[in-house]
Amino acid sequence: MIETTGLTKKYGDLVAIKNLSFKVEKGKIWGLLGPNAAGKTTTMRILTGYLPATEGKAIVAGYDVFEQADEVKKVIGYLPETVPLYHDLTVEAYLGFVAEIKQVPASRKKAAIDRAVEITGLQPVRKRLIKNISRGYKQRVGIAQALIHNPQVIILDEPTIGLDPKQIVEIRQLIKSLKGEHTIILSTHILAEVKEVCDGVVIINEGQLRASGYLDELAKNYSHNDGVYIKLQQVDQETLNLFRQINGLKKAEIEGSEIKLEWSWDTDLRPQVLKLCLEKGLVLKEMRPLAADIENLYLRIVSGGMEQ
Amino acid sequence: MKAVWSITKKELMQYFSSPIAYIVVAIFVLLSGFFFYSLVWWFNSQAIQMAQNPYYFQQVNINQMVFAPLFHNLSIIMLLMLPLLSMRLFSEEKKLGTEELLFTSPVSVNQIILGKYLASLLMLLLMLLLSAIPTIFTFVYGNPEPLPYLLGYLGLFLLGAAFLGIGLFWSSLTENQIVSAVLTFGTLLLFWVLNWVGYSARGLWKDVLNYLSFFEHFDGLTRGILDTSDLVYYLSFAFLGLFLTHATIQSRRWR
Repeated sequence: MIETTGLTKKYGDLVAIKNLSFKVEKGKIWGLLGPNAAGKTTTMRILTGYLPATEGKAIVAGYDVFEQADEVKKVIGYLPETVPLYHDLTVEAYLGFVAEIKQVPASRKKAAIDRAVEITGLQPVRKRLIKNISRGYKQRVGIAQALIHNPQVIILDEPTIGLDPKQIVEIRQLIKSLKGEHTIILSTHILAEVKEVCDGVVIINEGQLRASGYLDELAKNYSHNDGVYIKLQQVDQETLNLFRQINGLKKAEIEGSEIKLEWSWDTDLRPQVLKLCLEKGLVLKEMRPLAADIENLYLRIVSGGMEQ
Repeated sequence: MKAVWSITKKELMQYFSSPIAYIVVAIFVLLSGFFFYSLVWWFNSQAIQMAQNPYYFQQVNINQMVFAPLFHNLSIIMLLMLPLLSMRLFSEEKKLGTEELLFTSPVSVNQIILGKYLASLLMLLLMLLLSAIPTIFTFVYGNPEPLPYLLGYLGLFLLGAAFLGIGLFWSSLTENQIVSAVLTFGTLLLFWVLNWVGYSARGLWKDVLNYLSFFEHFDGLTRGILDTSDLVYYLSFAFLGLFLTHATIQSRRWR
């Protein structure tokens, strides 16, 4: 549905993105993940036809973004980083305007507004001026305008930024509910968001692709170890040695007041750990997984510790 | 064309949902009413004096004594007011980030520019129509010549169209509305006073400077002389404004 090949964008001497190639399949939600200033917004602006790329090619819904920009603009819904709102208009008038410039036929305009308002839960503020509604609602209006013409592809630039925790949960739910019918790319620097909402991820840093693919595949390919931290009543060398006897364990060490146990990603030794504790009468107070694989991966990538 | 009209409607909604349109229109109408009233008052007192002398009485002409100076006064108020109508056209979109919505929608840059320009022209039309209401009474109680009167208003509209074209261009260059208004105002003043320099220049320079001045072309229209070169002058100014706006937007996006 979306495919880029060797996408490069330079602003003068500054290289914003460099040789970016990735692919998103139809009906999936893909996260564009990276720290601030990684090139996420630039990538999205290129995909939506707002900015031309310096080099490379991007195909959206079968159309070339550079050659057939008008066709691409018809099938894309876009929420830019700054929500593009006219504060002096009512929510309804604003959505009506967007429907018109997105070429929704006049006969279907009202139905399109109704649908967008319903999906995004804007009924209570429908007749109000945009400048008078809360930030959460403004964000929803931004998403509503991206959906109004029922586009095949939806591109959301940091859709949950600046919202309170409850609103974040709601917006994420909303995005998940759009899956299947629409192909969605959302950018974020929050990993939890990717894990909760997305099927796959493109990780970029300093304008370069670091990893891309389905989340579970990435976890398999990039992380070699899985494991747990355990907290016991008493931690000493002797108990550590007990754990070292578990078959298949790669590593056991004391970290602060906890013991860290690691094993290969394709096995799960937690039952054995538990069994050992019971047999030896160790008082287990807490067991928690090592930072999830994708998280480790992301941190390693972002801190520059890994090149693909 | 539908897309152009969508943009125009949106602009008009924005004009009328903020105080600026009401204030600009109201002040314009108020001032034009004041000028009209004082000109008529002056005309009356002159006419009474001149009525005592049959030779002078034949010279009494409401078109030249009321309307021509009125149109000149209105043109100066327009010079001060129209930059306030054009300043937000693109500056605001840039500031609010809404230009990203416009430029990622299936509407062309030309349609966007035309839609915005059309909205500002409609505002100008409204200003002129409202300001014309009191002047209609001169036709009820007197007998001015309609043609110079109508040409005068046509001249004001064309002049305003040129002003707005220049204003549109400046607003496409900056996201600050004040900067946009000041630059427009400065440009308009410059072209307004070019013929002052023109008076002291010689030869070709004199012709060029006079041709470029807004004032030279406006004078004829207020006296009821329709010269196509004046029409071409104003229309080409308006077109130049739109063309430069288009160039600015394209160059910024492709940089």
